[in-house]
Amino acid sequence: MSEAIWIILAGAAMTYLARAGGHVVLSRFERIHPRVEAGLNAVPAAVLTTLFAPALFSGGPAEITAMVVAGLVALRFSFMPMFVAGAVVLIALRYLLG
Amino acid sequence: MAVPAAVAAGPFAILYGAIAAKQGLPFFEIVLMSVTIFGGASQMVGVELFGQHLPGWIVVLSIFAVNFRHVLYSAAVGRRITSWPTWQKAVGFFFLVDPIYAESERKIEAHEEIGFAWYMGMGTLVYATWVLLSTAGAGFGALIPDTHALGLDFLLPIYFLGLVMGFRKRPLWLPVVLASGTTAVIAYRYVGSPWHVSIGAATGILLAAALAKPHPPADPEPDDAGIAP
Repeated sequence: MSEAIWIILAGAAMTYLARAGGHVVLSRFERIHPRVEAGLNAVPAAVLTTLFAPALFSGGPAEITAMVVAGLVALRFSFMPMFVAGAVVLIALRYLLG
Repeated sequence: MAVPAAVAAGPFAILYGAIAAKQGLPFFEIVLMSVTIFGGASQMVGVELFGQHLPGWIVVLSIFAVNFRHVLYSAAVGRRITSWPTWQKAVGFFFLVDPIYAESERKIEAHEEIGFAWYMGMGTLVYATWVLLSTAGAGFGALIPDTHALGLDFLLPIYFLGLVMGFRKRPLWLPVVLASGTTAVIAYRYVGSPWHVSIGAATGILLAAALAKPHPPADPEPDDAGIAP
């Protein structure tokens, strides 16, 4: 097998280790410390924010406007209207602004 | 919710396959990555590093760094699926990617049970979409016209923003988002991708832990502390 295939399989093993390991390690503790609990509850917002923040800051007017509109729509409506609004604004502005 | 998740991931599966093919990665390896790793951002990073002829362990470590956040997903979801038999957990954790985690958290938020059938239905739909469309992307990559005009490259940030907005009623949401976002942007500029994910996330999580109000030690630990309104 080529080296690349071994790299991919090792990467897959490490990825599975991450997905199963958090539970295996933390389930050994019967009581979870309140600070750990607060940290865990912050995980989704903390991680998902890092996945869009750089794109927002390196984006042009079309990207930033689309994000702002999507964020405002999210305050009142559910996920899908937010997603469609953001995508429509993005495509329209990219078309208009070149 | 699995359908929007699959729809949002779809363009990125195609994009991943197309970019990997353009980088000269063999078709089999492109598909193998989607089948075994099943993590978009880490696969993109893998493809990027394959092109730079780095030592293998650096590529493996980078894939792990991008997916390290799954340790935290695993800990959070693992607490809610304690009734699942071990084999179901072992299978289920393979599918614990961002959208599946986010939908599981949404269930937790609504005080609903995370059932194995519900979880796997969503997991396999997103997985099948991911594998099939990245295969398609690898095959037809060169034929995709203007991905920029179609906004394909920016659908995922909008998707993640929507997920973050959905968590806005949680305690400490605003400080966590501001801390993680600011640190991620700074780390992205000065440390580089993929480390901004781990660094930014760690900052927000540590801030939440630091700001948490400790319970008196005698109190029993409520199962959903911090999630209950």
